[in-house]
Amino acid sequence: MKALVCVKRVIDYNVKPRVKSDGTGVDLANVKMSMNPFDEIAVEEAIRLKEKGVVTEIVAVSVGPAKAQETLRTALAMGADRAVLVQVDDGVDVEPLAVAKIIKGVVGEEAPGLIITGKQAIDDDSNQVGQMLAALLGRPQGTFANEVTVEGDSVVVKREIDGGLETVKLALPAVVTTDLRLNEPRYASLPNIMKAKSKPLATKSPADYGVDIAPRLKTLKVAEPAVRSAGIKVADVDALVAKVKELGIA
Amino acid sequence: MKTLVWVEHDNASVKDATLSVVTAAAQLGEVHLLVAGSGCAAVAEAAKGIAGVGKVHLADDAAYANALAENVAPLIAGLMADHDAFLAPATTTGKNIAPRVAALLDVAQISDILSVEGPKTFTRPIYAGNAIATVESTDAKLVITVRGTAFAKADATGGAGSVEAVAAGADSGLSSFVGSEIAKSERPELTSAKVIVSGGRALKDADTFQATIFPLADKLGAAVGASRAAVDAGYVPNDYQVGQTGKIVAPEVYVAVGISGAIQHLAGMKDSKTIIAINKDEDAPIFQVADLGLVADLFNAVPELTGKL
Ligand SMILES: Cc1cc2nc3c(=O)[nH]c(=O)nc-3n(C[C@H](O)[C@H](O)[C@H](O)COP(=O)(O)OP(=O)(O)OC[C@H]3O[C@@H](n4cnc5c(N)ncnc54)[C@H](O)[C@@H]3O)c2cc1C
Ligand SMILES: Nc1ncnc2c1ncn2[C@@H]1O[C@H](COP(=O)(O)O)[C@@H](O)[C@H]1O
Repeated sequence: MKALVCVKRVIDYNVKPRVKSDGTGVDLANVKMSMNPFDEIAVEEAIRLKEKGVVTEIVAVSVGPAKAQETLRTALAMGADRAVLVQVDDGVDVEPLAVAKIIKGVVGEEAPGLIITGKQAIDDDSNQVGQMLAALLGRPQGTFANEVTVEGDSVVVKREIDGGLETVKLALPAVVTTDLRLNEPRYASLPNIMKAKSKPLATKSPADYGVDIAPRLKTLKVAEPAVRSAGIKVADVDALVAKVKELGIA
Repeated sequence: MKTLVWVEHDNASVKDATLSVVTAAAQLGEVHLLVAGSGCAAVAEAAKGIAGVGKVHLADDAAYANALAENVAPLIAGLMADHDAFLAPATTTGKNIAPRVAALLDVAQISDILSVEGPKTFTRPIYAGNAIATVESTDAKLVITVRGTAFAKADATGGAGSVEAVAAGADSGLSSFVGSEIAKSERPELTSAKVIVSGGRALKDADTFQATIFPLADKLGAAVGASRAAVDAGYVPNDYQVGQTGKIVAPEVYVAVGISGAIQHLAGMKDSKTIIAINKDEDAPIFQVADLGLVADLFNAVPELTGKL
């Protein structure tokens, strides 16, 4: 069975994002970019399934600017076999619905048994692509996965939900989106980083899949959130007790 | 505008998360509800009493028992022929279903709205809440998830809606519910608690977390939360996680114990009214948002605090 993993190039999670002074967006110039952390978990899960002999080939796909090649090379260095970059111009944001449509196109070519995405990209915080893709494909979805077990022609997904955990069984092909506890992604080793340079990476365009990427949402403004001013430090527990009593909660 | 609101429930009662969504929907227009479930007539009866509600669509069928997105999304997409906007809470249920509905309708989804600025204009957080975007939809229909802490709860009573049964669709056959592990707790729910005590990596292990954080929470009648690090390390279950990718909370008082204050954690709690932080590192970023900070070793400070309250 082939696995398709979706990876997005995003601001590194350790960087504090800064809003541009003209209110048009977040400043990404000279900012460290990395693979979306949930997508690292997606790649890792595909690799583990390959190591178990469940998955035979892993194709990583990204929709993004030319630089997203680096993100795909990271996926290849971790252990993906091939990559597809659906390239858009620098600075063009592709909305989740259009991403899902493009990936549907890739799925049409690759016919994977399992498609793994992150649950959420940490830049737009949309939490949409996996579910949208499943809908467009008419296939089931196992979102916020904590555990993934392939059993014959279905996949059992334990999901992280608000009250705890829930388990669903999905007919393959299926879409799975990763949550934080699914696995701990590996680091690519130096020899694997070298090897990844010669793994195949195909470049396509949204037009190749007949997808219109014109945004449906107009961003009118991007602003800083209200800032909280730092309060006071209390000297000791007694002072804290007094303050807590003032708050009327004890 | 006619809106359709997803009623979050457990086939027995309406969950609080629904009430903030009703408030958001009322800012757009007429509020209709959807109760999809199995043996959930009582939910619909309760839902029609929510203030400001018109029609309650009741889809009562075994196929909807566990809100499987594969079954529920086509039902909603069908009902959207007569509605202009679909709104769901930004709970794990809402986040699971809404994008599937949006894709079926071929519209963009607006996730996690913080405010309604106009009939098609909303604000929403991006980059872990480090930026707030104002977005305007150009689609014919709206699909929205609503951040519960950003909208007041509608009154659960006083409404005079009417219940109308809708025909159920077939089971998709694509997915099935196997089971769930839902922890029962006497404590208030994290997302609706007035006071929350959260613990971080510093709590060492599950027993220490239990012995340190829970007595303080008991004293304050508080819900218990945690950082991702504490959850990853297995101190507490996953549903305790507060943050960008966990639960968003905004209680009256949030007490962060042994939590450094990474942006992903702050994203989930910085709208709390009063933040109290206990950390032994005086430079911990949590102090930049805390109203009251105590620089101390938590293993001395927390038991002392619990004892003196
Ligand atoms: C994709 C992604 C999503 C994430 N989502 C979330 C999320 O939703 N929620 C979340 O919380 N995190 C999230 N994180 C993780 C986040 O980046 C931090 O790693 C995490 O919040 C750190 O948890 P912590 O503060 O408990 O641990 P640490 O950062 O290790 O902090 C521990 C703190 O305890 C203090 N301490 C240690 N010993 C004592 C003592 N004896 N007494 C007092 N203080 C002490 C230390 O000074 C330190 O400040 C996410 C990360 C990624 C990459
Ligand atoms: N441009 C993209 N290219 C490839 N995968 C993407 C892209 N955008 C989103 N995804 C995938 O969809 C997941 C959820 O993203 P989102 O719905 O934008 O929060 C991400 O974790 C990725 O796995």
